[in-house]
Amino acid sequence: MTGSLTGPARGDAGDVSRQGFLVVESLSVRFPTHDGLVQAVSDLSYSVRLGETLGIVGESGSGKSVSAMAVLGLHDEQRSRVTGSIRVGGREVVGASQSTLRQVRGNEAAMIFQDPLTALHPFHPVGRQISEAYRVHHDCSRSAARAKAIEMLDRVGIPQARSRADEYPHQFSGGMRQRAMIAMALVNDPKLLIADEPTTALDVTVQAQILDLLQELQQDFGSAVVIITHDLGVVAEVADEVLVMYAGRAVEKGPTREVLTHPEMPYTWGLLSSTPEVSGDPDSRLVPIPGNPPSLLHPPPGCPFHPRCPHVDEVAGDLCRSELPALEGGRRGPAHTKRCHLPDPDAIYGKEAT
Amino acid sequence: MTGFVVRRLLSSFLVVVLTSMFVFALFFLGPSNPAGPVCEAQGRCTAERLELIERQMGLDESVVTQYGAFVGGLFRDRTITMGSEYSCEAPCLGISYGTRGEVRKELMEKYPATLSLALGGAAIYVVLGVTLGVLAARRRGTATDRLLVGSSLVVSSVPYYLFALLAWILLTLQWDLFPATGYTPITESPSAWAAGLLLPWLVLGIAGSTQYARFTRGSMVETLGEDYIRTATAKGVSRSRVVLRHGLRAAIVPIVTIFGLDFATLLAGTVFTEQIFDIDGIGRWALDAVKAPQDFPVILATVLVSAVLIVVANLVVDVVYGFLDPRVRVS
Repeated sequence: MTGSLTGPARGDAGDVSRQGFLVVESLSVRFPTHDGLVQAVSDLSYSVRLGETLGIVGESGSGKSVSAMAVLGLHDEQRSRVTGSIRVGGREVVGASQSTLRQVRGNEAAMIFQDPLTALHPFHPVGRQISEAYRVHHDCSRSAARAKAIEMLDRVGIPQARSRADEYPHQFSGGMRQRAMIAMALVNDPKLLIADEPTTALDVTVQAQILDLLQELQQDFGSAVVIITHDLGVVAEVADEVLVMYAGRAVEKGPTREVLTHPEMPYTWGLLSSTPEVSGDPDSRLVPIPGNPPSLLHPPPGCPFHPRCPHVDEVAGDLCRSELPALEGGRRGPAHTKRCHLPDPDAIYGKEAT
Repeated sequence: MTGFVVRRLLSSFLVVVLTSMFVFALFFLGPSNPAGPVCEAQGRCTAERLELIERQMGLDESVVTQYGAFVGGLFRDRTITMGSEYSCEAPCLGISYGTRGEVRKELMEKYPATLSLALGGAAIYVVLGVTLGVLAARRRGTATDRLLVGSSLVVSSVPYYLFALLAWILLTLQWDLFPATGYTPITESPSAWAAGLLLPWLVLGIAGSTQYARFTRGSMVETLGEDYIRTATAKGVSRSRVVLRHGLRAAIVPIVTIFGLDFATLLAGTVFTEQIFDIDGIGRWALDAVKAPQDFPVILATVLVSAVLIVVANLVVDVVYGFLDPRVRVS
């Protein structure tokens, strides 16, 4: 299913609030290379409503960032093949013209990148980078845009915003740079905010501050937020819903509390048991997931996780190796979906946990 | 910043002084006798005359004394005797053995030609080179890119003197597409000035642009892959603004470095260009001076001009670098 490219710029409000402000349907992103087609994202669907936060979790190369970049149409047309549908506020992004994309980018949907040192231009003052984002979408004077940039810097908690606006990114600390990045993303009051590992490059105390700031701003702006992370702690703190990705596919999805307390997919179990607990026994060992993520050039047949899955034998026949499980609800209701052949995962997980 | 500039100025000054000492020593301690050409220039050179001239020129003194006299001449008027007496106003760079004119005055006379040539040529090669480089980087991997890179390789693999000579023979002599080349002072006739330099500018510009095109392309391709370019795109900035304001702004920094040094070399005289296109500038002057009979004061003057220009260019590049890249700004 693909949305109409020439249809109304914004879908009707009822549709957007029912389906979600961001609707991703059967998204696939492939990169042709000399060695073949890299299937970075396959058949990914999700939606986020205004005021909600979706956490996308997975290890490096699982397609988290690639799928997020597709939302803003950031993949080079010549070097990637994006299929499926992405609607931002009812407007189709996949296959949209550059001018349509420019209206979406930074305006309706903004992105916070992982490493603010490399994501901010080293030669432009921070304030000017923020005011540029504002001026692209607003017809206003330089000084008005500068005032707006200073207001935003102040808003994200940068002291002496007026003088700080004239400084360069390298003069900021890591946490301040990420705050500036957030200010830049929010300057146009976007309805959708995508944060790609916003706290990965920061130390733990700053991480908490940035997450608090993001949540606070989300409440003020009422925007839909997608937060991409490999840190389950971040997800537990901020996300309403969580989507676990593996090898370019969604493997488990559902309300955060539900998924983190009753995971149904062995990969999610693995993620959870490889996370240290602050209150846990300091002598207990973390349980790593054996093996490596599969090649996206030649993904394994069947379930992509089967080469690393310790429970393959518990499924009748050779199902795990031959057939890709569908993403569907299990015993815990239709809101919690998983891509796994295991008939009764709760029982196995319960047995493992004890 | 001021401290940095002062320190750099001092070390630059030292480089120039050492260069002048080196050239001086090379000439006066070397195998050739400076009195020889002077003596020969005045007809039959007998042993007595040669000895007289040697004494007049102070060649019997130590090199250090002679160097002292040269340096002294930079600050006060000097009278130089070689055959007859010549007065040389401060700053005195000596009297040319060939023309018997004051070297500094000849330098000032010839400099505008070299300067005109260098300014026009450099303007063309930097504008052309950077434009082509940006274009190729923007269309990386396409036919346009391959065509630009390919043709730049072809042009740069032709030896420069051949390229210039062919251009002159074909375009001016054979096909009459360009006016005769040469130098007319701009104060005399701006149109004749431009007409005479048009072909040399183009030849210098096109030949020089190839390395800038390839360099800009490389620098741009690297820059366009940076995270901050993606950020700019994600803000909704138009592609051309992303390429120029964000991409080129960062990619231009290393290019400025190369340009500064290249331009200084051009200012110090382009031997081939001036010789082939009959432009009476510093490069040709230096070339004539090293031909026998050697004209030592002229050689020294041209070497000093080059040294000063290159040293100054380095300094300017460093200062400009600070403006271009806030991260290296010296506090």
